[in-house]
Amino acid sequence: MDSTTSDPPAAPPLAETPLRGTASDGLKIVVVGGFGVGKTTMVGSVSEIRPLSTEELMTRAGEGIDEAGAVPEKTTTTVAFDFGRITLNDRQVLYLFGAPGQQRFWFLWDQLFSGSLGAVVLVDTRRIEDSWYAIDRLEHHRMPFVVAVNRFAERGPSLAKVRAALDLDGHVPLIECDARLRESSKTVLIELVHHLTRLHDLPAGEDAR
Amino acid sequence: MSARRHEQEDPDRYFTITGGRRDASLDLVALVVAEIGPLPGMSSEQVRILRLCRDTPVAVVELSAHLALPVSVVRILLRDMLADGRITVRHPVSAPEPEQLPDLETLKQVLVGLHNL
Repeated sequence: MDSTTSDPPAAPPLAETPLRGTASDGLKIVVVGGFGVGKTTMVGSVSEIRPLSTEELMTRAGEGIDEAGAVPEKTTTTVAFDFGRITLNDRQVLYLFGAPGQQRFWFLWDQLFSGSLGAVVLVDTRRIEDSWYAIDRLEHHRMPFVVAVNRFAERGPSLAKVRAALDLDGHVPLIECDARLRESSKTVLIELVHHLTRLHDLPAGEDAR
Repeated sequence: MSARRHEQEDPDRYFTITGGRRDASLDLVALVVAEIGPLPGMSSEQVRILRLCRDTPVAVVELSAHLALPVSVVRILLRDMLADGRITVRHPVSAPEPEQLPDLETLKQVLVGLHNL
């Protein structure tokens, strides 16, 4: 699957970590990125449950273009996505979704982004171009986001070079992270919340998303 | 992982479970609570749903993962169970409207929750 580490996260399965009985308000944040960039790893590093994988049906009719379209006799297929969760308080629980960033999965995005607080774009600097489509779609959806560079190696292009390569607006936060580490992934999520808070302060009409 | 299991399954089976209907009104993170216990005559999927959310709420997407059924299939099952009063649903209340920012109180709560991780 889409994991960049060999060690599975240590979070317990659902049965051992049920939601609180008082939980009533589900929230969402979506982590998008290319295949193998570490989305599941990031979700797992902060999740209170072991990341779960599920699927959604993808049909040709009314759902646009997909690879399934190349197989005439098969009109329904499925696409997998991962998620984890963080209990915020007695009432609220935050779900983190790892969403494939490739174009053929755009139909899934509508569902994941619906009601989402914001998004994290996870970038592998060896394949920066994998992030272009995701960023383009986020801007199109007017979904606020931060960009996190998952550092696989000590050396890599500077953040300034990454920003230029992504053609990223100056106001969009761009940070480094190590998706395997809880503290690092947590920092990325906190940066997203700070970004969302700052966007509130922009004068009307100056929406810089 | 479970995806492979799904891929081998015949979409026709989902058609059988759902009667071919679609429903997108239940959010992925809507929380489901069982209101009754399993009864004779219920489908095995309904029984499993009622058992999973018997004691505490379970999100639609978590039910989907544990039943190894696509989200849209689970939604159809839940809609029927909701209509029959077998479950209740706690819909998200803090989710921002399309193209709107989350409200500041929600952001504050998320920040506190993240810091407590």
